[in-house]
Amino acid sequence: MKHTISVLVENKFGVLARISGLFSARGFNISSLAVGETEDPTVSRMTIGVEGDEKTLEQIKKQLNKLIDVIKVVDFKESEFIDRELILVKVSVTTKNRKEVLEAIESFGAKIENAGSKSISIEATGDRTRVKALLELLRPFGILEVVRTGRIAMSTEDKGLKVEGKPEVNE
Amino acid sequence: MKLTGAKILIESLRKEGVEIIFGYPGGQVLPIFDALYDSPLKLILTRHEQAAAHAADGYARATGKIGVCLATSGPGATNLVTGIATAYMDSVPMVAITGQVKSFLIGNDAFQEADITGITRPVTKHNYLVEDIKDLTRIIKEAFHIASTGRPGPVLIDFPSDIQNQETEFIYPEKVDLRGYKPTYEGHPGQIKRAAKAISESKRPILYVGGGAIISDAAEEVRSLAIDNDIPVTMTLLGLGAFPMDHKLSLGMLGMHGTAYANHSIMESDLIISVGARFDDRVTGKLDAFAPHAKVIHIDIDPASVSKSVEVDIPIVGDAKTILKHLNKLVKKPDTKDWLKRVDDWKKKHPLVYKNDDKLRPQYILEEIYKLTKGEAIICTEVGQHQMWAAQFYTFTKPRTMISSGGLGTMGYGFPAAIGAQFGKPKATVFDIAGDGSIQMNIQELATAVINKLPVKVAILNNGYLGMVRQWQELFYKRRYSYTDIGGGCPDFVKLAESYGAVGIRVTKKSEVRAAIEKALKTDNTVFLDFHIEQEENVFPMVPAGEAINKMIGGGLA
Repeated sequence: MKHTISVLVENKFGVLARISGLFSARGFNISSLAVGETEDPTVSRMTIGVEGDEKTLEQIKKQLNKLIDVIKVVDFKESEFIDRELILVKVSVTTKNRKEVLEAIESFGAKIENAGSKSISIEATGDRTRVKALLELLRPFGILEVVRTGRIAMSTEDKGLKVEGKPEVNE
Repeated sequence: MKLTGAKILIESLRKEGVEIIFGYPGGQVLPIFDALYDSPLKLILTRHEQAAAHAADGYARATGKIGVCLATSGPGATNLVTGIATAYMDSVPMVAITGQVKSFLIGNDAFQEADITGITRPVTKHNYLVEDIKDLTRIIKEAFHIASTGRPGPVLIDFPSDIQNQETEFIYPEKVDLRGYKPTYEGHPGQIKRAAKAISESKRPILYVGGGAIISDAAEEVRSLAIDNDIPVTMTLLGLGAFPMDHKLSLGMLGMHGTAYANHSIMESDLIISVGARFDDRVTGKLDAFAPHAKVIHIDIDPASVSKSVEVDIPIVGDAKTILKHLNKLVKKPDTKDWLKRVDDWKKKHPLVYKNDDKLRPQYILEEIYKLTKGEAIICTEVGQHQMWAAQFYTFTKPRTMISSGGLGTMGYGFPAAIGAQFGKPKATVFDIAGDGSIQMNIQELATAVINKLPVKVAILNNGYLGMVRQWQELFYKRRYSYTDIGGGCPDFVKLAESYGAVGIRVTKKSEVRAAIEKALKTDNTVFLDFHIEQEENVFPMVPAGEAINKMIGGGLA
């Protein structure tokens, strides 16, 4: 199962290595990763896409929480968050299918950044479903290159994800 | 007052109550060693950095205080790594300090440079690189706090030599402020109630006690939970001593080389009360088959230990002592009469046995060491057959008397750990139970023991083999003893000990055992007891890897 977790961490040297090291050491798989500063410059947010069953996800969250530099871990459930990813795709075109490709791109609402005689470079943003759909749409024409930023996600609840420290463990 | 970084380090250690450091000098810690030269803080010079880490670990386990070790950059730091990883696996509070090349040279492949914070990231609870002298006292304060609170563990501070020479005002912080680190101590009251109810209603309960009970100083609470409610107790290797093994409710150690009756009892139990143990693979055996009828209460300070392998019904996260104190008040004594009868039957039917003939057998030696020390000794061990015999045949009755590398299984741990333990408990009788393989992994520490006049007794159960591996080869690899025969090239341990100024005693006959141990105990020097034991003696019972823990072999057991 795919999950999106959001991790607030100290904005310090070496923290990314601690997180990625934890994933590799314990055999957890990262499918996507996006890191950036938050509204508080001492705090960074990592949005991590992970794959695994419930038990694995539980361990991932617990192990992340054990890291001293991790301030908070939130596991997003499907209904409570919005997610976005920006992708750049280079798709090959021929004189024959050029029109067809352009139509497909247009119908999707993706932006053409560069149109050459042999390839077209596209920029698109969207949530996980939309990005996947775009790639599937373009695949038959021949995708030459894909560059993705990694997914970012934010809860849609009224209060923000604040840094009040780790929650007490209710067990 | 302005002080140099090196002096600030020493003064900060004193503020933290450190009395002793185990270490080894080198180029990038020269300022620190210079500051130590006229400091009341004592440094114990080991003969290898690995031993410094193990000695700090042994000191910590024997006393409950934080062990501190110090090494230079590069190879000095990497030599600490095995000791740090050992402490990490067994939740030992430790602060390791390493010198680092000058800060402006970091990343340049400078002489004796190693990225030690990178290397130790997965084997430390946390680590630091000092980048600015202004951060130094905060880092030290945090390091000691993190090492000793929650689930304890090693913390490393990497300290570039140029910053050791910089000066700043010495102000030691009073408090730490770590928003990402808030260990839970109080157990959830609702969960404790549920646990009390489960215990009160259980018919076949068993207490399964690990090292966490000793770390949290919960032996007394374990005792009352067991004795007041007639609940049998089994312990992990690191839990030995948390409950007296000479008590009728004790089942000794469980797991791969546990007693048959402990394994049968936990498999047949209807309720496992786990206190500071983590259901590791040497304990559970085949996970699917483990204790199929049992509900599980898991008391642990580390939430990540809960439901990591065995699914837990009633998790209680927090400090074992605090939780048990609360729990003990709520438990109504269950009726365990029939259960205890079954447990006693297993005890009678499948006792721990060995062939008690005229040959010099290791189990007999352990029994004699127990008798002659009246169970009062601190027993450190190396790793292998001798370690398991110690766990089986020395009757541990007190916490912090069994000091062994359980999680990592580090050969070469026991002797330096015994040195550390002896410094921590100068009046105690400290043994290192060793094999002829393990002792050679840190044998240079004879110098440290002798020069410091430590009366550590090293009992080498010498069988000329890497015995545990040989045992596996005998049982599972058709006796193909591939590179486990180390008899050739084995030094004369008596002469070796003597050459360092220690006492060496060789024992080749069973009849000589008592006198030899008595002589060792009377000696206030370091002693090597070289016991030439039966070469192919095996550790039984034994659960083959991947089997259910009631499918034991050997020892005449079903």
